[in-house]
Amino acid sequence: MKAQKKLNTFVTTTFEQALKKAKQFDSKPNFNQLLPGIPLAVKDLFCTDGIKTTAGSNILNNFVPSYESTVTKNLWNNGAFLLGKLNCDEFAMGSSNETSYYGNVINPIGDKLVPGGSSGGSSSALAADLTPATIGTDTGGSIRQPASFTGTVGLKPTYGLCSRWGIVAFASSLDQAGPMTKNITDCAIMLEAMSGFDEKDSTSINRKKELYSRNLNDNIKGLKIGIPKEYRVDKMPKEIDELWEKGKKILKNLGVQLIDISLPHTKYALPTYYIVAPAEASSNLARYDGVRYGYRSQKGKDLIEMYENTRSEGFGDEVKRRILIGTYVLSSGYYDAYYLKAQKVRQLIKKDFDENFSKVDAILTPSTPSSAFKIGEKTNDPVSMYLNDIFTVPANLAGLPALSLPAGSDKKGYPLGLQLIGKSLDEQKILNIGYAFEKNCGFKNEIKKWWL
Amino acid sequence: MSLDKEKIKHIAKLARISVDEANVESLTKDLNSIFKFIEQLEELNTDKVEPLSSLLNQSLRSRKDQINDGGIREKILKNSPKENEEFFVVPKVVE
Repeated sequence: MKAQKKLNTFVTTTFEQALKKAKQFDSKPNFNQLLPGIPLAVKDLFCTDGIKTTAGSNILNNFVPSYESTVTKNLWNNGAFLLGKLNCDEFAMGSSNETSYYGNVINPIGDKLVPGGSSGGSSSALAADLTPATIGTDTGGSIRQPASFTGTVGLKPTYGLCSRWGIVAFASSLDQAGPMTKNITDCAIMLEAMSGFDEKDSTSINRKKELYSRNLNDNIKGLKIGIPKEYRVDKMPKEIDELWEKGKKILKNLGVQLIDISLPHTKYALPTYYIVAPAEASSNLARYDGVRYGYRSQKGKDLIEMYENTRSEGFGDEVKRRILIGTYVLSSGYYDAYYLKAQKVRQLIKKDFDENFSKVDAILTPSTPSSAFKIGEKTNDPVSMYLNDIFTVPANLAGLPALSLPAGSDKKGYPLGLQLIGKSLDEQKILNIGYAFEKNCGFKNEIKKWWL
Repeated sequence: MSLDKEKIKHIAKLARISVDEANVESLTKDLNSIFKFIEQLEELNTDKVEPLSSLLNQSLRSRKDQINDGGIREKILKNSPKENEEFFVVPKVVE
């Protein structure tokens, strides 16, 4: 486990406790559960009872929740136990895991490559076999982009399918927890275990639980899959285009009907996101004031200065940037021009999907516009960093389920992913398509364990 | 539109984040490039579009008006940076 330090995936480990749980399981094994005796490390954004939860931030450096998030509780109720807490971008704001107070995470694919973000500790630990499966959160691509960068499977469920209770909030109308796994079967098992109605989350959807893993079916003959023309962007490497073509071919051979579609407002998704997400973040992060929990600055002569210094010392640069953007777009005189405008465009983006989903069962796109990049390559230019999420953000804005599948690699050998976007609450169908795709794709993610 | 340094300082004040001159300099540069990107939205006509307010086709649930939690003062105070047995302690507010 010392070797993991080179990857910097764990913020906190709970090995002793895990060993105890494993022994308990061994003495009385029960295999009639979804996750029998499975040790799992989780993103450090999920509150865990009695175990430090940092959200990758200095401001929560000493925060020990006295409660358990619903999603992790669901995992434990299904037989799993906690192995540790995984590094992530600060408050899940980032696409490369370079904004964490606990340092950069390295992609096991190669030295000096980012693992994606914000669930970068999760993708790296999973790809490096430091946890058999994991969970992340996805506000604009934070599960799917790191999955794509590490050659793993990542699913962002329908908004409301997994409870947000006990997850450190970033942007409440976009945040959704989801599984990150080595294959589709594991993904279906994890989703089945973690999802479900929760009274404590006002946006949780109340419906019967689905048995995703039992209902996995690789017969996808006759399904209609949309290919949106707007997902071919300027300066996109040729390899991404080729990967997309390869994906289409595989699906066609499986009896799927490919249909060209148009999602005309796609290019406005990212600008919309960078109004909505910071606006919600500035409001959610107002709670970190140094009074009730978390870091408190010792500087300042009065209460206001204590607030200002606490937040200045406690938050990193990216978080400050986003709080300021959010504060500005919500401020009097600018609200209509930015926030209200964005909510209107968000409606148009959702409508694009609604209209097309009367014609197709799912939509196939690339997951990211490039493969993993080097640490430091994009840190000086926030907008170029934001462009990483160009293909993943629309599903968050529309609340739709979306799955990133490992599908191939570029000429440097770095993995690339394809994304399947499904109808609301149609996780089973995209998992089925992914299942059939996985069996016929022939891509094997080979990672040399250089860090050992 | 462009944000000048005074504006950035004002927003930082609203957000209760103290910034020094070097911060203001880099924030002004970064925020202006981000807003330039965001302002692509201006080319869209949205006069007749209803803003999206919720992704869910359900109204908020109500519950019985009964106390269902509480009595956990100790747990709540456990993480406070400074406390006095029963209360959170902050720097003096009134003289």
